Amino acid sequence: MRMLKFLLWKELIQIYRDPAIIRILFIMPMIQLLILPLAADYEIKNINLGIVDQDHTEYSRQLVNKIVSSGYFRLKDYSATFPQGLKAIELDKTDLILEIPPHFERDIVKENQAPLFVAVDAINGVKAGMGGAYIQGIIQNYNQDIRTQWIQEQHFNPQPTVEVTTADWYNPNMNYRVFMVPGILVMLVTMIGSSFASNNIVREKEMGTIEQINVSPIKKTQFILGKLIPFWMLALTVLTMGLLIARFVYGIIPLGHYTTIYIFATIYLLAILGLGLLLSTYAQTQQQSMLVSFFVTMIFNLLSGLYTPIESMPAWAQMITRFNPVSYFIEVMRMVMLKGSSLADIKYQILALIGFAVFFNTWAILNYRKRSG
Amino acid sequence: MALNGISFAVEKGEIFGIIGPDGAGKTSLFRILTTLLLADSGSASVDGFNVVKDYKQIRNHVGYMPGRFSLYQDLSVQENLEFFATIFNTSIQENYDLVKEIYQQIEPFKTRKAGQLSGGMKQKLALCCALIHKPSVLFLDEPTTGVDAVSRKEFWEMLFRLKAQGITILVSTPYMDEASLCDRVALIQKGSLLSINTPTSIIREFKKPLWSVRADEMFKLMNELKNDPLIESCYPFGQVHHVVFKTQANSKEKLEHLTKQGNYNHVEVKPIEPGIEDCFMALMKE
Repeated sequence: MRMLKFLLWKELIQIYRDPAIIRILFIMPMIQLLILPLAADYEIKNINLGIVDQDHTEYSRQLVNKIVSSGYFRLKDYSATFPQGLKAIELDKTDLILEIPPHFERDIVKENQAPLFVAVDAINGVKAGMGGAYIQGIIQNYNQDIRTQWIQEQHFNPQPTVEVTTADWYNPNMNYRVFMVPGILVMLVTMIGSSFASNNIVREKEMGTIEQINVSPIKKTQFILGKLIPFWMLALTVLTMGLLIARFVYGIIPLGHYTTIYIFATIYLLAILGLGLLLSTYAQTQQQSMLVSFFVTMIFNLLSGLYTPIESMPAWAQMITRFNPVSYFIEVMRMVMLKGSSLADIKYQILALIGFAVFFNTWAILNYRKRSG
Repeated sequence: MALNGISFAVEKGEIFGIIGPDGAGKTSLFRILTTLLLADSGSASVDGFNVVKDYKQIRNHVGYMPGRFSLYQDLSVQENLEFFATIFNTSIQENYDLVKEIYQQIEPFKTRKAGQLSGGMKQKLALCCALIHKPSVLFLDEPTTGVDAVSRKEFWEMLFRLKAQGITILVSTPYMDEASLCDRVALIQKGSLLSINTPTSIIREFKKPLWSVRADEMFKLMNELKNDPLIESCYPFGQVHHVVFKTQANSKEKLEHLTKQGNYNHVEVKPIEPGIEDCFMALMKE
């Protein structure tokens, strides 16, 4: 016990004396938490719109006004013909063209229907999909407006229509920050857990101090615990800082208990630190361990459901996410913070992470040898 | 890296030198004896403990100072010493007598970080750290490599004092001049032991007369001497060449005759006493 206490003291002193580590540990998460959630927004705004209006009537002007005033589009080009409008897309001036054919108003009034044409630049798939959907929504809405104007006197619809009203639960305003902040927090804790811990051990290898420790009667578990606990503490500190930022900067107050988050984070960190430890038993230089943990955490983060929903991934990729501890933590963070889930609701995730923790740590301890040969 | 057919015994309380060039296998030998490396075959015991079976006891009883300075650069002198005392389940106070003399020299800098110490002081601190748990056997892997002449001398004086306290010391070095400071030395080359003896006996085994030659064109002289059928070996040694003949008769005349043939100037030929390096060169030839 005395030895473990001393090992922890030594580790913390070393971390404290390394100004780079302190800076990276505390400034990096703050900046990421303050910038990323504001910047990484799934809502597409400022779509550059090109209009080819060949009708020039009140109806066509109304439609254009409605689209522009929605806030999603910026009217960037107003051409007389479609080829001219297309030119604007080619020059990257616009992302989307709405063509209003001649006699648009007349056709609507006389024949009760009129075609419109929408062309989207699909180089950025997300932007194209969202832009197309937005404009369709607006046009449908416009269509509805005209209908109510014209068919006012009828008491019932000639054709039955199904109207869908949606309500967004747990995040009623569809606020992306509420959704992103917990995820980014997980990413940060993961980085500290895996790469900081593995780098620290590999540094002892590089400096040769591990030789000295290996000839000493110190036990393997003591050494490993001496390495795990300080980084476990650091990661929980960063988590606390992140939760404070979430609360006071973004006003995100978890519906569930903070204790639930901390209990889960503790188990999660055991798994992630075990992974870091495992990497360190294989890497010989800090460069190797950095590159490998960079690769691993990148895959973990991209396949975690932080940026793209797991449900929209192909089946084989969904299988991979089941072996990704990060995806469980992101899921749990969102569940606890937005939905107010309790420990009972996340018992499946807890079991999965205990599995990861046992797996990584056992492998690491088996692979860490005080002697070689 | 490989060691081959090595067998030796070290007496209690002696300074045993392992002398050999870089890559001879000195570090591997030390790593096996300090339980850091498992040998493919063979057996070894340190202080009565088998290096494979009783590695736990050995780790309590030996001190190891690797060739590369490996203390925590960002911890202070005192913190380093405390750390190593703790991981060996002891405290500085408990064994202070043993390290006192050495530690007093670096004590004025005890709050300084180890990374900011000079080479000689790092060496002293490393020795303190290797000694703090009162080991019965001390392994020093090239402790004086890269250390200045004065610090080297001081370091050896410290070793003599430790020896006086009954600690067995195994020290490896690539410097031949340090061999004569050991009680016994083992010459090692390409993983094999060439000879184990006291330094004086090793020198005594060198039976043939040894000549030192110098002239104005040293390189040409060496090549010519090497090619002469009568000469067994010729190698540069500082400012002169050391020459050994195959047969012992009339060697001085032969040597003078040879240098005259080659029209050298400032020729100087004289018989000399062999040193440990000459013995090593001779043993390497065999």
